[in-house]
Formats: sequence, C-alpha cells, structure tokens
Amino acid sequence: MEARFIRLAAGFAAAAALSTAHAAEVSVAVAANFTAPMQKIAAEFERDTGHKAQLAFGATGKFYAQIRNGAPFEVFLAADDTTPAKLEEEGATVAGSRFTYAIGKLVLWSAQPGVVDGKGDVLRRGAFAHLAIANPKTAPYGAAALEALRKLGVADALAAKLVTGENIAQAHQFVASGNAELGFVALSQVWADGRLTSGSAWPVPAGLHAPLRQDAVILAAGRDKPAARALAEFLRGAKAAAIIKSYGYGQ
Amino acid sequence: MSPAAAAQFPGAGIEARFRLAWPGFALEAALQLPGRGVSALFGHSGSGKTTLLRCLAGLERATDGYLAVRGEVWQDDARGVFVPTHRRPLGYVFQEASLFPHLSVRRNLEFGLKRVAAAERRVSLDHAIALLGIEPLLGRMPERLSGGERQRVAIARALATSPRLLLMDEPLAALDAQRKAEILPYLERLHGELEIPVVYVSHAPEEVARLADHVVLLRDGRVLASGAIDEVMPRLDLPFAHDEEAFVVVDARVAGRDERFALTRLEFGGLPLWITGLDAPLGAQVRARVLARDVSLALAERHESSILNVLPARVVSLDDASPGRTLVRLDVGDHALLARITTRSAVQMGIAPGMDLFAQVKGVALLR
Amino acid sequence: MMSAADLAAIRLTLELAAVTTAILLVIGTPVAWWLARTRSAFRGAVGAVVALPLVLPPTVIGFYLLLLMGPHGPVGQFTQALGLGLLPFSFAGLVVGSVFYSLPFVVQPLQQAFEAIGERPLEVAATLRAGALDTFFSVVLPLARPGFVTAAVLGFAHTVGEFGVVLMIGGNIPEKTRVVSVQIYDHVEALEYAQAHWLSAGMVVFSFLVLFLLHSRKRGGVR
Repeated sequence: MEARFIRLAAGFAAAAALSTAHAAEVSVAVAANFTAPMQKIAAEFERDTGHKAQLAFGATGKFYAQIRNGAPFEVFLAADDTTPAKLEEEGATVAGSRFTYAIGKLVLWSAQPGVVDGKGDVLRRGAFAHLAIANPKTAPYGAAALEALRKLGVADALAAKLVTGENIAQAHQFVASGNAELGFVALSQVWADGRLTSGSAWPVPAGLHAPLRQDAVILAAGRDKPAARALAEFLRGAKAAAIIKSYGYGQ
Repeated sequence: MSPAAAAQFPGAGIEARFRLAWPGFALEAALQLPGRGVSALFGHSGSGKTTLLRCLAGLERATDGYLAVRGEVWQDDARGVFVPTHRRPLGYVFQEASLFPHLSVRRNLEFGLKRVAAAERRVSLDHAIALLGIEPLLGRMPERLSGGERQRVAIARALATSPRLLLMDEPLAALDAQRKAEILPYLERLHGELEIPVVYVSHAPEEVARLADHVVLLRDGRVLASGAIDEVMPRLDLPFAHDEEAFVVVDARVAGRDERFALTRLEFGGLPLWITGLDAPLGAQVRARVLARDVSLALAERHESSILNVLPARVVSLDDASPGRTLVRLDVGDHALLARITTRSAVQMGIAPGMDLFAQVKGVALLR
Repeated sequence: MMSAADLAAIRLTLELAAVTTAILLVIGTPVAWWLARTRSAFRGAVGAVVALPLVLPPTVIGFYLLLLMGPHGPVGQFTQALGLGLLPFSFAGLVVGSVFYSLPFVVQPLQQAFEAIGERPLEVAATLRAGALDTFFSVVLPLARPGFVTAAVLGFAHTVGEFGVVLMIGGNIPEKTRVVSVQIYDHVEALEYAQAHWLSAGMVVFSFLVLFLLHSRKRGGVR
C-alpha cells in the first residue's frame, strides 16, 4: 500500500517536471497595429505547444527605449524593419533571428461610405478639412502615407489639412470619430473576414510607398528560452500565416 | 405688542418682532427700545442676545419679522419688506474687532465712510477719531494694534458711517480687564456726546450698570423683561436681584462737596447720598451703583452709627433670596433700592410691605 | 540644441498655458466662490465634477472630448451650428481641453482661500454699506490674493505639463497644437534622445522653479 503510494507520487512529480520543461512562458512585445492578429496567434500557439505567450502591446519606439534599458522582453514584433535591425546592430538580439513576419498594407479610409473613391481621387479634389495620418516621424504607416502623398503630388497642397496621430491607432480613432473625414490607416484596422468593416476605402497601391515590412526578432533575454524559439517558428508557420492574411497583412 | 408698550417710545423708538427657529434654538422676541441712549441685551450665553442683535442688523433673516427704527421700516415680512444689511444705516461692532487685515487703520475707517452719501454724513471722521483717541494709530496695519486699540478702531469705523443705530456685540468680551477699563470711558463718551441709539449685547452686569439706560433681559430666546435700568434691576421677580452681586443704579447730580473730609454729596429725588472722594465736578450728572449686600436696615435713624448714608425708606416687597437670606425691595424717595439681610433679622424686625424704616448704605460706587 | 520646431512648441505651450490660466481664473472664481459658500444639495456633485480631472487618466478626458467635440458629438454640433467649425485639431480645442483638464488646480486653491476668509469679513463689509459685488472686489479679492497666485501658478504649470489630452485632441499640428510634451514624446519615439533631453530637462527646471517659488512663498509669505 505504502509502496504503491510512493510510486504514484513519484509518477506525478515526474509528470510535473516534464510539463514544466515543455510548457514555458514567453514574454512578447508587440507593435500596436498587430494587436488583434497576435492575440489569435498566441491562442493557437498555446494550444499547439503548451507554451504561454505574455503579450505587451505598444509603440515600437517606446519598446526600443524600454528594451535598451533592460525590459525583460524575449521576443519583439516591431511595426517596422529598422528598429529590430538597430537592436541587432547593438547586439541586443539573438544573431540571425530577425525575420519579416508581416507586411502592412496602407489604406485611405473614411468612416463614411462614399467619401473615398476607388482611385483615391478624393485626395486631389481636397474637399475635406482634415486628413489623418500617423506621425511620419515615428510611425512607419505615417512615413508610408507621407511618401504616397508625395508620389501623388498632393503633399504640399494637403499639408495644412494633415492631423497627426501619435500612432496608427490614434489616426484611426481620428477618422472613426469623424473628427477627420478621412485618413491613412492600416488595412488591418478596417478589414476583417476578407472585407471592409465600415465606410469607404482605397487600398494604396504598393508602388506608392516603400513596403511596410514588420520584422520580428528574438531578444537577448530570450537566448536560451525554447519557448521564444518556438514562437518565432510558429509565426512563420501556416497557421499564423492564415491568421495574418485574414487581417489584411501580406507576408 | 401691547398698546401701552407701543406708545412707550412713539415714533422715535425701535420696535422689533422676530421669530426664528433653528435646531435646538428658537428666538421669539418682541420688544420696544428707546430711540436714544444705550439699551443692553442681557442674558447668559445661549439666551439669544447675539442672535437678536444680528436680526436687528439683518445679518440673520428672521421669519415673520418686523423692525422699525425711528419710524423707518427695515423689515416687515407681512408686506415682504426686507432691507439688506448694507442698505441699513447702522453701525455694528463685533465681539472681535474684525478689522480688514489688508487695510491700514485709516483705510479701515474710510471703508464705510466712503460708501455713505455725503448728504447723510453727520459724524465726521475726525470726530470719530478724536472720540476714540486713535489719531496716533492711523498709519498702522491692524496686525500691529493691541486688542483694545483694534476694538476702538472698529467702533470708530462703525461711527464714521453716521449710523442711525449702533449695534455692539459684547465689544469688550474678548479683552482683559485692563483693556476693558481702557475702552469703557470711550463708550461712555459715545453715550454722552452722540445722539445715536445703541443696542449693546452683554453678559457682564458691570458693563450694563455703567452703560445701559434700558435693559432687555433674555432667556432661552425670549424676552423676560424690558425696561429702564432703574426699574428692571430692583425687580425681585427677575434673576438680577438674586445675583450675589445684585445692585441698583442711582442716577444723581453732584450737589456739594466736603473738602475737609474729601466727601462728595450726590442728590437724587431730593435725598443726599455721600460718597468718598472729590472726583466728580459740581453739578455733573453721575451714576452710582449700590449693591444689595451693602444695604442694611434699621428701625430707627441712628446718627451715632459709622455709616455715612442713612435714608428713610419704605418696604415694597420681600423675597427669600437663598436659605437664610431675604431680599427687601425699598422705595427711597422716588428710587428703588435693594437690601439683602438675613432672614432672622427680617423676622425679628417684623419687616413687611408698607413698613417705614431706614436704609443704611455702607458703600456707593461711582460708575460714571 | 533646440530646433525651430522645439522653440515653436515652447512658444505654443506658453501661449496655451497663459490663455488657459486666464480663462480658468475668470470661470474658476465664481465656481470656487459658489462651492465655498453654497448650502445647495448640488455642492457635492459640482465639487466632484470639478475634481474629476484629478483622478481621470488624461486619455479618458481626451477621448471623450474628441467624441463630444467631434461632428457627431453635442459640443461639435453646437460649435458647428454657431459657425465656429469643429474644435479638435485647433488651438481653441486645446484651450477647451486644457480648461477642463486644469480646472481643479485653479478651483480648489481658490475655494480653499475663500473658505479660509470665512463669514465675518463679509458681514463686516455689509455693516459698512458694501453690497455683495462691492464686498467681493474690495474685501474677498484682496484677502484671497495668495489663493489666486497659487491657483494661477498651478493652473499654468499643470497646463504646461499636459500631454494625454493634447495627444488625443490635438492632431500634432506644428504651431497650432504641437506642445512641448508632445514634441518630447515625438523625439523619444523617433529615438532623438538628445533633443528629448533638452526639452525634458527644460520642463524639469521649469516645474522645479514653479514649485520652489510657490513653496518658499508659503513658508515665508503669510503676511
């Protein structure tokens, strides 16, 4: 009786040891624009691997400052490709771990139907008070929007009408609340299940701006963490790809 | 208001009727005050005297109130009349001097003055300053004044508005005995020199004796008695007479002096009253105070006694003051005196109303 | 060193703070007076509304202001009906936001100053023939002067330090809505740490000086 009990207890202990070795936590900093797809991906990731992803969402520049100052993130999904490259240069990452997990698509969007036409001619007519963009200095989507305006030759004409959100989420909010009649936002913000959720939109052709590569990287803190490596692999897998695509990103 | 009372001070007096109810306190007062001299509102704390004064000023809004001052209606709720405080030609002296701390003494004095139309100014600023002796203080800030100085400035400030009614809420209560003594003479000068009726709140019999012509006795928000000071103080049915320090006041004229023995002879109702000292000038109107405990009674006039003043008197009434003591109210000439004697003496002497005897006055204090 | 854009942001910030403080003193004074004197049942509710910006995250205030002042919000429809257009992304909009955001920092010192004066000086003034308005200007204002200084300084400094509300309703337009705090945020986001330092250190020095003056005045001040 006693012997059997000891065997049982030993079995439990072994099982517990096994599961901790397999199911770990990984701390992830995620660019704000990737919030919704990443939540879905994290859920799938946990189901498939047993690892749990702790997600923090925010601005890429802020994450950079935090990581440089010792924030314990193990994986970083940036909104651009320059910030992860910079971190790599500075030796804050696991060498060779950087890859593009999504390519953002820029869209000119209005909360009102019929405002934005299929060719973006509304920009040339200029019959609006405010055009919202993300801050071109700090947000990749903002820089892409400004580049597109320049290539369309309307940047100067519209300069006085630009209102700038600190990030793409705020630019979206300006448009959604109607304070700006239209604005450049991420397709992922107005796209779900393969169609526009509301209003009117013009997907900006890829040729009008440099591609919005969003790179991920394993940070120094994730060097010896199998869970971090597992998440990076999962992001490149088919399941993640399907989710990413459904939110209007390319890959 | 009884017709008799209403006729007491026709036209020139102050007629007031206030009702006011707060949690735990109710004021229900109706009174007639003379249109000149000092009326004292007397009573213990909580008796409603300050509240009554504030009602007179309009600082407290009594319901169902009526107030007419020398024929001018300031409040008549039956007709919807309520003159706000700042439109009432009154002066108010608070218990603490309440000078404006951001203004110099001079600017404090001018504060009210410059808000009074030139045609209505009857008390000049210089007069007010001189009356209260504050000339040397004019340039100072209130924080640099003593308590007594502050109160004198506050009184002058109120006077400078040429009030038709001066209200004073225990202006001496916050001061020590020395400061009180410093201010009282100024108040008496006020009384003597200005034709402004004063309503003066006090709980100190000493002040009342010196200043008041008319006394209103308040208790629990009601008027217990109201009348001239020499009528109210000797009344045996009122608490004054039962006080340890019970007294009556005698308004008299300085009729003569005895330089050799340094005595002054006062005269009241045709009777002489000797006091020690030669301070009062001949012919002056003075007020003397006679404590009940300083009056004893004798059935015969004894000239061999050491007591200076022996006056013929008639017993009006008696009352047991406390165990073993009896209060006797006397008529001396046309004045009332109080005597407090032992009950045994009263019984042995067979003292009864209507009895003629002699009052021996052991001490007389000159109040003013 | 500071760029032209930084200097423009500083100028705009000081302008915003000055206009906001002036407006707050004008509207805050009667509100504080009412709060200090009223026995109304609404006193608690009004006091709570005034204090709300103390506890609400500025982003909440900014978010609701954005919705209220937007084309579908009641304030937005009102300003449009008046022909004023919409307030977000304008200097006027920032002023409106800042007024609400800094309201307690002006109203509360004033209210305390008024309460400290008490009933007596007002009664004294009334017995010296001064009506209510007269009393307010000749007695209350001078007696509450330290409260006004505190209110103005706190209102100004707090508006200078405003960030969340401006971020939400400003639109980051140079010389119109891009204030120092937003400029600093942009510098940090753009990894321009040197510029961020100049402005941030300036803010620290400014805030310290303001508080230092306020505190040393209190210590030695009171008459």
